[in-house]
Amino acid sequence: MKCQYCDKPATFHITELTEPDGPQILHLCEHHARTVLQKEEPSPIKTVTGALAKQLQLGQTKEELRKLDKKACPSCGITFFEFRNTGRLGCPMDYTHFESDLTPLLLNIHDSLQHTGKRPSRAAANVDAQAELISLRKEMEAAVQSEQYEKASKIRDRINEIQGDPKHPGFVAPATDDEGDADLSGDAQDAPGEGGGGL
Amino acid sequence: MKEPSDLSILVKNSGEWLKGTGPESDIVISSRIRLARNLAGFPFIKKCSEDDRRKIERQVRTRLEAMSAWKDIQYVHVDTLSEVDRQFLVERQLISREIAEAEGSRAVAIDPGEQYSVMVNEEDHLRIQVMHSGLDLDSAWDQIDRIDDTVEGELLYAFHPKFGYLTACPTNVGTGLRVSVMLHLPGLVITQQIDKVFRSMQRINVTVRGLYGEGSQYTGDFYQVSNQVTLGHTERELLTMVGDEVVPRIIDYERKARDFLMEKGEQDLLDDVSRALGILSTARKISSEETMHYLSKVRLGVNLGLIDDVEVATINKLFIHTQPAHLQKLRGRMLTTSDRHVERANYLHQHLRNGGPADVN
Repeated sequence: MKCQYCDKPATFHITELTEPDGPQILHLCEHHARTVLQKEEPSPIKTVTGALAKQLQLGQTKEELRKLDKKACPSCGITFFEFRNTGRLGCPMDYTHFESDLTPLLLNIHDSLQHTGKRPSRAAANVDAQAELISLRKEMEAAVQSEQYEKASKIRDRINEIQGDPKHPGFVAPATDDEGDADLSGDAQDAPGEGGGGL
Repeated sequence: MKEPSDLSILVKNSGEWLKGTGPESDIVISSRIRLARNLAGFPFIKKCSEDDRRKIERQVRTRLEAMSAWKDIQYVHVDTLSEVDRQFLVERQLISREIAEAEGSRAVAIDPGEQYSVMVNEEDHLRIQVMHSGLDLDSAWDQIDRIDDTVEGELLYAFHPKFGYLTACPTNVGTGLRVSVMLHLPGLVITQQIDKVFRSMQRINVTVRGLYGEGSQYTGDFYQVSNQVTLGHTERELLTMVGDEVVPRIIDYERKARDFLMEKGEQDLLDDVSRALGILSTARKISSEETMHYLSKVRLGVNLGLIDDVEVATINKLFIHTQPAHLQKLRGRMLTTSDRHVERANYLHQHLRNGGPADVN
């Protein structure tokens, strides 16, 4: 028997138990068996994209879908199209910005929309400050990439201002070194493990 | 916290979870719980610049360094490791394949007993994991809950009053909790009942996959059972679902299959497991897949009292120590596939002849 992905002999016969329509048997060569077996998680991407496809089939017209795909998060910039393709969100604010679009998906996956488990010891921070921090980090990266170092430096000061004020809900941690060593040259510095950052 | 220059301490030892102790350890290899956490004010990893990743890594490292109880923890910068070392940590179940293959600043903190580890900059900023031998979810939860509280310290987690702990993938949102119980089910495989058992599980929100992949019998008849949902249930409810409702049923089926095999054909089974031990202890070249296949039979034989001069702990360790990267680390050099087949056979020979030492080094 040949491998179902190439002409080599199929030496691995794998029963996939996670298929929704019952077990599926795969006949594969060693190379393709490895590729299949190396999937670590029970393909969360498949779960997400599968649930999304189901949701989109039910609710949206092509026009509505095109419009939804262009919708972008103002904090991290991810578009719904990008999320739909990768199954991964760009930042915590996406749960707020795309809330109504994610609701059917979350219901489909979890059959629930309300967290009932553990909570962090500290209250959720000011959402605006979190959103601003994420936008600022994105802007700083863009400024560094385009060699606008003066602009990057101003953004860095604003990030430090938000993070450094203990009364500010966006405050992160006193032990954290600040963003003063932000790599504004565009070159990779202080490689991990080399004592970078003076820790 | 220590930042070792190599993984030699880990190579010499073996994880607690391989000891073959704890409730139901003839069938349950390990109970693992992981929590996904992200820092507020940062994008998720896929949208992070390298600068962001370095800052997250540093924030978490600073936090861990401040924890006095963690002075013996090894902190490993995954991005500076060789491919073999990364693979070694994957085989040891201390890091995920995803973080091994990712790019940019990333790390893992590992406790000396290998019961818990914290991955930094995996798919989520933090992935905390606890692994116990046998079916032991309650104490694994108590431990990870405490670790989560301590690690959180003054870090600010991304949390939403409605959606809970926010994660990069919506399949983890809410509790961020994944319970995985690793089961050894050769009885159900031999009696060809395994598909039927797992088909019945699909209706009750659990996922099943193999040791290093999905559903392959050639990975030594190991199957992991995990919760599918993470939102809308408390952590305790999810533990109960997997540990008290699903896993005991599978254990019961496996025991019945083993009883059936012993009643209907003890001689056949004795022949089968003895041949497996014979091949493993006398082969001169052997692949990883073949090793897993026969080790599984030997493990079944030991648990049924058909083989009495080999320890379960030895078999458990051999499953991990005969993996490609482990073999190379143990031998202290790079080996080609063909060399590995020879070295693996030597290694098995050394540890299985005359029962072999209980403590595999």
